[in-house]
Amino acid sequence: MHFLKLILRNALRHRLRTALTVLGFVVAFLSFGLLQTIVDAWYAGAEGAAPDRLITRNAVSLVVPLPLHYREKIRAVEGVKTVAAANWFAGVYKEPKNFFPQFAIDAVPYLSMFPEYRIPEDDLRAFLRDRKGAVVGRKLADTYGFRVGDTVPLKGTIFPGDWELVVRAIYDAGEPKTDTSQLFFHWEYLNESMRKRQPARANQVGIFVIAVQDVDRAAAVSEAIDKQFRNSIAETLTETEQAFQIGFVKQTEAIVIAIRLVSYVVIFIMLAVMANTMAMTARERMSEYATLKALGFGPFYVARLIFGESLAIAMVGCAIGVALTFPVGDWFAKQMGTLFPIFEVSVETVAIQIGCAIAVGAIAAALPARRAARVRIVEGLRAIG
Amino acid sequence: MRLPIRYTMRNLWTRKLTTVLTAGGMALVVFVFAAVQMLDTGLRKTLVATGQPDNILVTRRAAGSEIASGVDRVQASIVEAQPEVANGLAGERLVSKELVVLTTLPKRETGQATNVTTRGVGEAAYTLRPQVSLVQGRRFARGSAEVIVGASLAQRFAGASIGSILRFGGREWRVVGIFDAGGSAFDSEIWGDADQLMQAFRRQAYSTVVARLTDASAFDAVKARLEADPRLTVEVKRERTFYADQSQALSNFIRYLGLTLSIIFSIGAMIGATITMYAAVANRTAEIGTLRALGFRRSAVLGAFLFEAVLIGAIGGVVGVALASFMQFVHISTLNWQSFAELAFTFTLTPGIALGSFMFAIVMGVVGGFLPAVRAARLKIVDSLRAA
Repeated sequence: MHFLKLILRNALRHRLRTALTVLGFVVAFLSFGLLQTIVDAWYAGAEGAAPDRLITRNAVSLVVPLPLHYREKIRAVEGVKTVAAANWFAGVYKEPKNFFPQFAIDAVPYLSMFPEYRIPEDDLRAFLRDRKGAVVGRKLADTYGFRVGDTVPLKGTIFPGDWELVVRAIYDAGEPKTDTSQLFFHWEYLNESMRKRQPARANQVGIFVIAVQDVDRAAAVSEAIDKQFRNSIAETLTETEQAFQIGFVKQTEAIVIAIRLVSYVVIFIMLAVMANTMAMTARERMSEYATLKALGFGPFYVARLIFGESLAIAMVGCAIGVALTFPVGDWFAKQMGTLFPIFEVSVETVAIQIGCAIAVGAIAAALPARRAARVRIVEGLRAIG
Repeated sequence: MRLPIRYTMRNLWTRKLTTVLTAGGMALVVFVFAAVQMLDTGLRKTLVATGQPDNILVTRRAAGSEIASGVDRVQASIVEAQPEVANGLAGERLVSKELVVLTTLPKRETGQATNVTTRGVGEAAYTLRPQVSLVQGRRFARGSAEVIVGASLAQRFAGASIGSILRFGGREWRVVGIFDAGGSAFDSEIWGDADQLMQAFRRQAYSTVVARLTDASAFDAVKARLEADPRLTVEVKRERTFYADQSQALSNFIRYLGLTLSIIFSIGAMIGATITMYAAVANRTAEIGTLRALGFRRSAVLGAFLFEAVLIGAIGGVVGVALASFMQFVHISTLNWQSFAELAFTFTLTPGIALGSFMFAIVMGVVGGFLPAVRAARLKIVDSLRAA
């Protein structure tokens, strides 16, 4: 008890210095937490993937389409439950910076494969009835103020021209990892329009989304699909939804790695600040430590005093930093709109924050503690700050 | 009367550990600050070098990127026939009708399949892009399934060396040459015969048309005429502008993220400097009193302590920039969101960035040291002499 009291009293002796150090900790651990969460958000799409969904695309690359008649051939493959065509639309809503994913889909089979998109029964029916209808996610609707019945004008980039879609339903997230920043509309509508505008580009599908009957046979099914189209005009590549999503993330991995590295830099900056604080503190109190030793306290007691103080400051700073990570994270996610569909501070992030705080506190105290433990009483008593 | 510089220097030297730790924290911040700008500069340099000032690039209206664009044969011929398009030495039109598609290749190190821009080019492509020169092998032969690959691509991807076979578009393509494109985005591309690639990918239309103008100032006239032509649905841009726009999103992302981080991190480093300087003032209270009693003015004391903080900042700045300069040896390759293709670039250090980063460090020193220096200057002589 006395020991703890001594540590606290010591920590509060230089109030300004302690306050500044704690403030530094708060800033450092807050930014560390946010950066880690940004990296997590990057991978979030892959985590929201279901294991029983496969995605078939052209083996050459994602931008090369597949012919529509593949849909029936894939449906005939044993183990395939449902198939839906989907096209990445990449339309511009008002301005290029308003980016959000848009897909043209085979509505009925596609939505049946994604039960995590919760759509009210009546709205769903309205969407299925309207050829130019669209379904938008809750987050997207909130960002741009879309309401059921609104018209969403999109300027096509891949599919030229102006497109007007009518919001018929808004879907909610069925699971925490569900991405609700997307817009879906009828693939049929896209195809009909393309038949009129550019007949050569009609009946082409970007990807086929497939649900398998048995999760354990997913690998066999994807192999069977690819085998079917080997040596054809458009060879396919079928992989699980997760592998497909990770493929995307992997390509931008250099940036993710950079963010991760940079987030640890701030910890090192904090380590330097903390070590500095502890070094100054210990130097100023060298004569006190010598006094303690002269009174009969051992070197470990002195070392423990310094470690305790360092850890106490670190933990207080870290606790405030962690506590602030949540509200600031929420604010940040709101500012970013639909750029990060899922932005959640994970338990691991908090664990790493706490782990780093303990490490920084301990390492910062190491050198001063060693010096204080070793100092000879006579020298220590003579020392001046 | 000013306090001698040696006084400040020796103060820093006496508290070596503290000085090193404080300057170290600043060096890390400066490192991040400089590295981010170097990355951004490298990216821009790569994409700006990709375009020639007197070339125009014709895409489908509102296409945004080369792969989303399509210009059919008739439209391409109309562009080719414009009077402002220059002729080559042999009288041929300096026009390259190009097909741009993405193919996937596995990376050498990770085996990760990555999008690679594959460009079908016309005869004039080498004249239109003078920065492209063969470093190994020969040019691909017209009408054959041969390709040449960029030097940076050959390095990073498996099976992209001379003599090896690439499989895409249902055909096999032999790599017959490796070209260097002077650090432009072409360095990460595969080039082949446009007509062969169009057959392989079953395309009826080219993606883009690149043309050399007789005079760069003719651009506005050509642009106005082509975009007003009812037979065409095209957009005309200077090649350089087009590629610079391509990097906009990535460049903005890097810059904004980097600046935000540097500023947040700098708060940490400035707090470090403030702590150090407050301690320096507290430890030297009696000393400051003595100096004042000797006749040094408040401003001299203020100056001396500020200078000490600035010196710490300067050390941090020099070390940080030095660390960052090593980043020039690092190559970064990532997906460009706007073109969806792999793009390789390097960290580029310019004198401007070095100077800016150094100034940033100085500012951190001034801001961090200001309050403690004011406290030192405001000490009363009698009180401070008594403090000892």
